[in-house]
This record gives sequence, C-alpha cells and structure tokens, in this order.
Amino acid sequence: MKKVKTWLPGVLLLLPSILLVLVFVYGLIGRNIASSFDRVETKSGRLVSEGGLANYATLLGSERYQHALWNLLVLTVVFVVGAMFFGLLWAILLEKGVTGEGAFRSIYLFPMAVSFIASGVVWRWLMSPGTGDYEAVGLNRLLIELGLPQLQNSWWSSDSRFNMAAMAIPAVWQLAGYVMALFLAGFRGITTDQREAARMDGASEWKIYRHVLFPQLSPIALSALIIMGHMSLKMFDLIYAIAGQNSYVSEVPATLMWLQLFNLNDPVAAAVNATILLLLVALVVVPYLVYTNRTEKAGR
Amino acid sequence: MMSTATVDTVEKIVPRKKKVGGKKLALTGTQYLLLVFFAAIVLMPLYVVVVTSLKSPAEYTSLTAWSLPRQLSGAGWAAAWEALAPAMLRSMVLAVSAAVLSSFLGSLNGYVFSKLRFPGATLIFTLFLFGMFIPYQAIMIPLQSLMIDVQSTAQWLAGIPTLIIAHTIYGIPICTLIFRNYYATALPDEIVEAARVDGAGTLRIFRSIVLPVSAPAFVVTLIWQFTSAWNDFLFALFLTNRNTGPVTYALQELASAQNPDYSRMMAGVLIASLPTLIVYIALGKYFVSGLMSGSVK
Amino acid sequence: MDRRQFLIGLGAASAVGVVGLAGCGTDEETPGTEPTTTGEGPVEGGAGGTVGVFTWWAEGSEKLGLDELESLFKEKYPNNTFENLAVAGGAGSNAKAKLAADLQNGNPPDSFQGHAGAELMDYIDADQIVPVNDVIEELGGASVFPQNLLDRITIDGDIYSVPSNVHRANVVWANPKVLADAGAAEVPADLDSWISDMQKVKDSGVETPITIGGTWTQVHLFETILMAELGVDEYNGLFTGGSWDSDGVKSAVSKYAQIIEFANTASDGDDWPAATDAVIEGRAAYNVMGDWAVAQFASKDQVDGEDYTYFPVPGSDGVFDFLADSFTLPNGAPNPEGAKDWLRLVGSAEGQLAFNLAKGSIPARTDVAADEFPAYQQSAMESFGADAIASSIAHGAAVNMAWLSEISTAMSKFYSGREEETLVSDLVAAAETYGA
Repeated sequence: MKKVKTWLPGVLLLLPSILLVLVFVYGLIGRNIASSFDRVETKSGRLVSEGGLANYATLLGSERYQHALWNLLVLTVVFVVGAMFFGLLWAILLEKGVTGEGAFRSIYLFPMAVSFIASGVVWRWLMSPGTGDYEAVGLNRLLIELGLPQLQNSWWSSDSRFNMAAMAIPAVWQLAGYVMALFLAGFRGITTDQREAARMDGASEWKIYRHVLFPQLSPIALSALIIMGHMSLKMFDLIYAIAGQNSYVSEVPATLMWLQLFNLNDPVAAAVNATILLLLVALVVVPYLVYTNRTEKAGR
Repeated sequence: MMSTATVDTVEKIVPRKKKVGGKKLALTGTQYLLLVFFAAIVLMPLYVVVVTSLKSPAEYTSLTAWSLPRQLSGAGWAAAWEALAPAMLRSMVLAVSAAVLSSFLGSLNGYVFSKLRFPGATLIFTLFLFGMFIPYQAIMIPLQSLMIDVQSTAQWLAGIPTLIIAHTIYGIPICTLIFRNYYATALPDEIVEAARVDGAGTLRIFRSIVLPVSAPAFVVTLIWQFTSAWNDFLFALFLTNRNTGPVTYALQELASAQNPDYSRMMAGVLIASLPTLIVYIALGKYFVSGLMSGSVK
Repeated sequence: MDRRQFLIGLGAASAVGVVGLAGCGTDEETPGTEPTTTGEGPVEGGAGGTVGVFTWWAEGSEKLGLDELESLFKEKYPNNTFENLAVAGGAGSNAKAKLAADLQNGNPPDSFQGHAGAELMDYIDADQIVPVNDVIEELGGASVFPQNLLDRITIDGDIYSVPSNVHRANVVWANPKVLADAGAAEVPADLDSWISDMQKVKDSGVETPITIGGTWTQVHLFETILMAELGVDEYNGLFTGGSWDSDGVKSAVSKYAQIIEFANTASDGDDWPAATDAVIEGRAAYNVMGDWAVAQFASKDQVDGEDYTYFPVPGSDGVFDFLADSFTLPNGAPNPEGAKDWLRLVGSAEGQLAFNLAKGSIPARTDVAADEFPAYQQSAMESFGADAIASSIAHGAAVNMAWLSEISTAMSKFYSGREEETLVSDLVAAAETYGA
C-alpha cells in the first residue's frame, strides 16, 4: 500500500501525457487502420474499394504502388549508405582535433538546421534536368563551368530505374552532418587511455580504428542507421518541394498517399498506404526499441 | 567486457615502428585538403542562394547564375520579406508555444519516468518512444478530419492553434526521452528520496528540486522543438492553408508561384531559414547535444 | 432587444450602408424584413439571407473578377448578404479537405467553384450537388449559351453548374522573328507540316523549337495533338466510351513523341510561364498553352502580332478546346434561393462582362458585346461562337480528377521513358478504370 502511495501521484502527473499519446498516437493509428478496411461504393454504385484485406491486395498489386516502393528502396539505400559514409568519414577526419575543428563541424552540420522545404527549393533549381550549353541550369551549368561537361545529367528526371538515387543527394547533404555529430560524440566517449595503450603496443592507426574504436561505435552506428532509415521511409517534404505535387518518376508511398487523398479521391487507398508505411517503420524501429530496452536493463 | 576483449586482440598485433614526423605531416595535409573540399561542397548551395538573392530579378540568368552579382540589389529580399512576413510571425508564435508546452510536459514525464518507477513504466515509456518514430502519414487522415470537426465548433482553433496542439502532442515523446535521460544522470535519486522522507509531495519536489536543475535539458528540448516546429511542412500542409499556415507553407507557395523570380525565391529561402540558423549559430553547442539525444541511448 | 437581435440589426444596417454607397439601392425594402420566397423563380431584390460562396479566387486577376461580381451582386440583390469564402488555391489541400468534409457532413457553402464538366463527377456521384437546369433555362438556355457547350457540360441529362468564364486551351503561341529567320513564317495546316517547320527552326540554330513545362503542360499539349489528329467528334467520344486503342490515338501518340523530341528538357514540377518566356526571349519558336498566356506576353510588354502571334494547334482549326470555371448548387445548401440568385448573376450577361473583363477570360454566353474586350479575347469570342467545342482533359472538363491523375502519370512516365506502346496501353487502362 505504501508503495502505491509513492508512485500514484507520479502516475497522475503523467496522466495528461498518457492520454494525449493514447488518443493522438494510438487512437488515430487505430482509426486509420480501421478505415483502411472500409468498403466504399459511390451513390451511383461505382465500387471504389472492395473492403477488408482486398484493399491491401489491390494496393500492393498495383503497378503504381510497386513503382513507388521501388523508388523508396533506391532512395533509402543510397541515402542511408551515403549519409553513413560521409558522416563517418567526416567524423574520422575531425575526431583527433584539428585546428578549426569547430568551424568545419558547424559547416558540415548547418544544413540540418534548414527545413526540407527551404533546401528543396534550392535543390530543385540545382538539379534542373536540362543539359548542354543551351539548356543547362544549376549543377549542370556549374559542371560546364568547371570543365566537367561530361558529368552533366538529368538527375532525378533521368530515364533510369535508379533515378531516385539523385533525390538522395540533397538528403545526404542535409543529414550527413548529423551522422557525423553522432559519431564524433562516440569517438569522444572513448577514453584516450585505450588508444594510447594500443598505440604503445605498436598498433597502426588503421588497426586502432578497426579493433579498438569501431567496435565501441557499433551501438551509435546502429542508432544512426535506424534514424536515417526511418527518416527515409517517411520522406515527403523534400520530394514535394523538389518534384512538385504530382510527379510520377519521383513518387514514393508518402507522396502517393497525398495524391490518393486529394487527387484520386480515394481516402481508403491512402489509409492502406499509410498503414503499410507504419508497418515498414515498425519493422525497423520495434526490434531496435526492444534491443535498447534489453541492453538498458542489462546495464542496470 | 567488450573493451577488454578488443584490447586483448590488439595486444596480439605484431608491433610496428612508430610513424615518422614527415609522414604524419603529409597526412594532416591531405586531411585538411579533404576537409576543405567537403566544406566547399556543403557550402555550394548556400553560395548560390546568397549570390542569387542579391541580384536584381533582371540580372538573373541561368548562364550567369554562378557568378557574383554585378550590382547588389535588395529587391529580392524586400519582395520575399513582403510575401513571408505574416507567415514568419505565425511560425514564431507556433514554434515558441509548441516548444514551451511540449518541453514542460516532457520535464514532468521525464521526472516521473526517471524517479518514480511504477508498474508498467517501461512498457509505457516504450510506447511513448514508438510515438517518436511513427510516420505521421499514419495518423494524418483521422487527425485532419478530427481537427476539421473540432474547428467547426471552435473556429478560433483554425490555423496556428491547431498546429500548436499537434506539435505539442507529437513532441511529447522526444522531450520525455531527453528529460528522462537527463534526470537519470544529473539528478541523484538520493536527493529526491531525502525530500520525500522529509514529507515533500510529488508536485512540491518537482517544483522546488527538479525544475531548478532542469535548465540544461530545457535548453536542449526548447531548441529541438523550436527547430522541428519551425521546419515542419507535413502538418502545415494537412492542417492549415495559405492564409493561416506557417512560413514553410508560405515559402513553398512563393517558390511555386507561376512567375519564378529567382532572387525573391532565394531570398525567401534565407529569410525562412534565418531563425533556425541563428538559433543554431548562437546555441550550436546545445543544438548538437539536442541532436545527440535524438538517438535513443 | 437581446444581444443577438441587436447584432442581426447591426448586420442588416451595415448591408444597407454598403448598398447605399454603391448608389443603386433601387428596391427600397425595409431592412430586416423577410422577403417572401416562393421557391419558384427569382425574387425581385433577392431571396434574402446570407449567401456564402466558396472559391479559389483569393488573389490576382481572379480576385479582381470576384470583387466585380460581389459588388454587382450587392447591387442587384440587395436583400442578400454576400459572404466571401475564398481560399487561396495552390497546394491548399486543407482547403480542399475542408470543402470535402463540409460537403460530406451536410454543411456545404451555398455555392462553390469548380471546373465545368467531368471534374464535378465526384460531387455528382456522391450526391453532393444538384442540377441547375432551371437556372440555365431561366438565363436563356441554348439561346445564350452555345448548344455544343451545353452538350459538353451535360452529365446524364442534367447540367450541374453555371459557367462563369471560358478559356481556350488549343493555342500555339509563336515568336514571328524566330519563324521568319527559319523560313517557317506560314501557319502550318496540319501536324505533319508543323513538325517539318520545327525541323526548319531547329536547323536555323534554335535548339528547342517548342517548349514545355511540367507534367500538366505535357497533358495539355498532348490533348491538343489528340484532337488535331482524331477530329473533334472522335476526340469527344473518347470520354463517352470511345476507344483509346484506335489507330488515331496511336498515330497521335507517335506525333506527340516526334514533337516532344523538339522540346526542352523539363522536370515534373515546372510551371508554364518559363516555357512561355522562352518564346518571348527567342530561345524557342512555339509554346502550346491556354489563352491565359496572353497575360504573360502583356506583362513583358510584347505587342500582339508583332512580338508574338497565335493560332490554333495545326489540325485543330475550327475546334475550340474549352475549359470553364463554374458555380454549383450544393445539396442541402443553407440558402438555396440565395444561391440561385448568385448563379443567376454569374450567368447573366452583365455579370459575365464585368467578371471576364477583370479576369482576362471570355464569357460563356454568346450575347455579350465583344467590343469592350482586348484583341485576343475578341478573336477567341468569335471562335467560341462559331467553332466545334472539345473538352479539355488537363483542366477537368473532359475527365474527373482521378482519371486525370492516371493520365498525368502515364504522360510523366512517357516523358522519361518515351515508349509509345506503354503510353497507349496506360491510356487504355486509365479509361477502363475511370471511364464511363
């Protein structure tokens, strides 16, 4: 009884937040899932959605959705690998403390402070698809001026199954600095003693990284991977700002959902799409949450 | 455990000669070269934005977009400010209110989760955390219709108040996480325990012991919530319109205006980004630690 | 007098004030008294009450046009109070959702704006708007609106909106200097000679003889080529069960493919003015755009006939590719009689003159005097009275929004892949899913 007395007031303090999260996160998720199973027929008798699991089958089977999933896959792979690679590289270049470290760190990190809309407006112009002296704008124009005209391309507008790789460029630009900051904090958390010890033993720099530093960074790498991965799955603003409201070649589930709602007048398909997106994110995040929960308990 | 194992491995490595000074210098040389090269690439978009914003609309051509302006012009800035000013104000109200509200709730929750362990706390905390990761698309359709319903009886809620509610609620998870982690290390259990033994109630402890030491965590969550509310577009797109929306909405409209005036557009990008950039430059250190706590520890 | 009555009195008083200012309070009714509504036909001075009108016309020339209508409405129907529910369009999904929710919850505005034609299908399907045959009839029906326009906006025997203004979509805007230099000054008679003119222009050193913008401008260009190739009857038939798999469609697709080869590189989100500017600057010879482009030329001080010329897309001479804004009567409108007063005004010769002069479009009625309009509009009004009428795909007259979205997707896919057969089969599939 006495125990209850100590925690009950705490739970009461928590109650408003619990209720808000319950209603606005889980309640609304529930409503969304429920409406994804709706059967919709217009008053004139046209069947818009069959209802039940058939709604899911319809969306998953549609060529347009599969194309959006493919785009998402290309975007995610290039973005996550790119952000991790540059983030780690920059962190390694900076971690031992170079003169002007603060300035470099700020430069690499500043895109993070800018909204996807603001950067999207700029990258939309930078990645204009025209090539050649007559038409080149943005990056293609810069490449001509730098004497590298052969590198010009149509970026995300190009005719390639992998066009979304170009859409990952601004995303990497924006978030590689974040990954760098995570890794830098990780490096800083490793005591110099450990390095010194290894160095005294005559280990080469590479070996020190390989055997002393990297293993200790793996939890941070995992965090970074999860954060980048789930951001990529949700990415909407950037694509919307760069490619406009209705762009098939750069369509991903998140942008398709918007069109389903307001252009295709099919809110049920939009709800199905959103539910699948949630499942994809959960697939990435839930194991991770369980894992951190366990390690935290083990650490206590 | 893990670290001793690695040290063991290292010990097995065949000893090598230490590097000579010259080689180390060369390495620092390439290091700097690389750092400067990457910095130039990262700054490249900023360069073109600044340069374009200072050209007169007539001077902008795609041929000369990368050159410095021949003549400085404030026309783009003036035009962009005129278009964005009302939305800037709305964004300011939104970002400040949402940051304060969610930080306050976060500190309450962080305190409870870190000091008053109750049955089911871990489960509830994990459920909170998942709320941080959900794609907002998954709640957007019902949220939109809920808000439209509510606004039909409480019209004053339309626009920024609606966004304040949304950002406050969906900011609760991350703020809770930051405060919980902060209190777990910065606020010894003994102090809280001692106060309780002295007969202080939970709220009293929060007010007179927890809050006074919370400033560092507040700085982090305030900055974090301010920037994410300022930079949000998805909620703005679904829950507001051009006349009531924040600056990201206004900027998107400005940029997709039918007659592209690039100096105005690029000046608009800078104006809309200035508040978060200022926060970032002035309080960069806290900003970084805010980012750090974005990763679940 | 309680507080509420006081406020109502105040509202009526201020309405009278406005009328007084307009100086046309012809019908001196006592403020606040309820005029008798019969539900049949117009009431002199208006049916009374508030009339809330939802539009996307919140700025620019569109707002000017709406302002004109608003003051005329107050003048002609002093018993009614106009409530402007304009919301800026653009990306305003929230506004769209709000309208959709209001309609669904039985809380509609008294009238809202939409493209005349198939775009209204979703509302009709959901029983959210009702026919306005009586208002059209009362306005004069086929004696003032072209019969072939009425045919195009009649859905299952009923007309669901009153058109306020008309735009023409099948117009080629050209730079005569570029054409003269290339030796292609003569207006081509059909698509094939147009294509060979493009070759001439290209040979003269202009790398992009024709310009395009993002996806919707490509749909726009394609629809004009489609109607040039098929002829107006077969084109209009595409939306009432006609075949999208015909040789005509296939050859239109292949001509479109040839034309696109002469075009600039665009990305999906690009808008139209940049494409028009290229013609003004002489970097291109042709741009196909709706007649709102005339404002773009005017804004850059271009002289009609000297700096720019215009002609119907070759092969579509004698066809008027139309799109129109129009006003509806929602099912369950709070003040249907007041809404009808609004529709009567929108459809009247007087309303159409005032609105279209301000907006820069042309009246849907044929009995509005042309001499007050600028040169381009005069020529468009003449064709509108005489030409066969085709419905625009890109602007919601021919297909509903979902169908349009699928066609846009197919065009965007074609733009990057350039596979003619895929485009045809995508168009066929879209028609099967969403067509009649």
